[in-house]
Amino acid sequence: MSAGPRITDTTLRDGSHAMSHRFTERQVRDVVRALDDAGVPVIEVTHGDGLAGSTFNYGFSAVDDLDLIAAAVDEARQARIAVLLVPGVGTRADLQRAHAAGASVVRVATHCTEADVSIQHFGMARELGMETVGFLMLSHMVGPEKLAEQARIMADAGCQCVYVVDSAGALVLDEAADRVAALVAELGDDAQVGYHGHNNLAMGVANSVLAYRAGAQQIDGSTRALGAGAGNSPTEVLTAVFDRLGIETGIDLPGILHAAEEVVRPIMIREPVMDRSSIMLGYAGAYSSFLIHAERAAERYGVPAHDILQEVGRRGYVGGQEDMIIDVALSLR
Amino acid sequence: MPERVIAAIVGSGNIGTDLAIKLQRSEAIDARYMVGIDPESEGLRRARELGMETTAEGVDWLLDRPEPPAIVFEATSAYAHREHAPRYEEAGIQAVDLTPAAIGPFVVPVVNLPEQLDAPNVNLISCGGQATIPMVAAVSRVVDVPYAEIVASVSSASAGPGTRANIDEFTATTARGVEEVGGAAKGRAIIILNPAEPPILMRNTVFAAIPPDADTDAIAASITAMADEVRTYVPGYRLVAEPQFDDPREDWHGNGRVTILLEVQGAGDFLPPHAGNLDIMTAAAAGVGERLAQARLGAAA
Repeated sequence: MSAGPRITDTTLRDGSHAMSHRFTERQVRDVVRALDDAGVPVIEVTHGDGLAGSTFNYGFSAVDDLDLIAAAVDEARQARIAVLLVPGVGTRADLQRAHAAGASVVRVATHCTEADVSIQHFGMARELGMETVGFLMLSHMVGPEKLAEQARIMADAGCQCVYVVDSAGALVLDEAADRVAALVAELGDDAQVGYHGHNNLAMGVANSVLAYRAGAQQIDGSTRALGAGAGNSPTEVLTAVFDRLGIETGIDLPGILHAAEEVVRPIMIREPVMDRSSIMLGYAGAYSSFLIHAERAAERYGVPAHDILQEVGRRGYVGGQEDMIIDVALSLR
Repeated sequence: MPERVIAAIVGSGNIGTDLAIKLQRSEAIDARYMVGIDPESEGLRRARELGMETTAEGVDWLLDRPEPPAIVFEATSAYAHREHAPRYEEAGIQAVDLTPAAIGPFVVPVVNLPEQLDAPNVNLISCGGQATIPMVAAVSRVVDVPYAEIVASVSSASAGPGTRANIDEFTATTARGVEEVGGAAKGRAIIILNPAEPPILMRNTVFAAIPPDADTDAIAASITAMADEVRTYVPGYRLVAEPQFDDPREDWHGNGRVTILLEVQGAGDFLPPHAGNLDIMTAAAAGVGERLAQARLGAAA
């Protein structure tokens, strides 16, 4: 076995979308314990839209993020607890509170062309001694070269690993690998490169393998695919596939299969599936967490959810513009 | 021509230029001076073309004028305004602050300007605040608003380096404005930058929690009336749809919700029409200046 990528599990962050942000402290403790026992090195715990994401626009959390983070830190023996921060939604004050609650990794997410809004947050994270990761969301919306320029802005701001984030599950095979390769070429030894995949077009795991081969050193997964849209690359499948390829992730396969099947599956309120709406997310290039918002608007305004998502993709809305789904539904009525 | 109040613009960038053009139309303000940094700059050249006296020698020059301004509009940076503000106050010059410095009280022309006419320094909060706080106030003048949240989406092209480097200040300041001027018990603000080409018009969404028994007709009427008032100084301000009312929900603490969808198209004076977020700041500044000037002329008469 050769040393492989570091896996970050985002069941308790991206999965928050599929749970409509209703995770309880008990659920978080149970999932963290199972993932930690399986040897998952990094576990992300935050509202789906990051720190302070608990809002009308994105959905209110059942339990305050800081309480869930503190519970996760309390349960983890070897895993590091990560948080997501989306500038424009969360602030440095939120980051300080998460750090005080015990989070040791921060992932700062911006739209793929707007990396410069993350500079002050990376600066503070490094001052706090946190490990830093940058998320370039909806990476399919720009080409490899442009994406690499944005990755450079994050790296220069103090980001230690920049992710190609396929928020729409829109990247197909080489499109993912080419973006990762461009970031690796740009960043060299200055920062690592990561890949975060979604399953809307069933590409999550395959893209992750190609990303690894193109030089990615961090890969995201979510147990039972629990995440926005058709879900994420399942952590347990990533573990099995990398194992078959002779690539060491450090995660115990029986342990992660147990976590997915016996701990996560029973608490899920919906199973992410590749249905008409999710496939349309990937095909039209719309932000995966728009799915449930589109379904709600579809019910309220009597317009098909997949039509709403197609129009959202056509209009070029970016992550965070959940409010525009109401607008689109009204215009299609 | 009747007597007008002499004013200066400090900051000769795009905002300062757009404001200068708007002030040319004023009957109460004589926008006489423009202060920049670079004597060869486009901004100062444009100001001279508008007939303004210009300088690159800073606020010292301005304060030394034989006929100093009574009102100064500051369109520089929070840092520069913090340096300048005490000097304006010492000289008895009223400051209309377009930066995030927030030294003086927050003002939104249609909501609370009459209360602040005597303040030595007033602050315009943020573009998102100017666009959304009138709507929060429109709801809170009808019912108690325990919580209000605004989402401002602006085109990437219209978000300058200052906004980008200070995005936390935007959300914190705007949230405070939603509370202090909008009248919500608790406020939140979210900003999104959208890079689509051609650039998107500024879009804003206001969500306000309302009591379960709220009179939704009265709220809707108040919202429509307030939009009409804003339109008197921002012609491109419009409600994209009727206010949307949601029934009370348990996870909203038993409150209902009103959603207000807004679009702001700029007047296109100097800034492009898609930059409604910048236009609403210069329009609000001009509106505030007009009222301050009228108050001064009225007091003198």
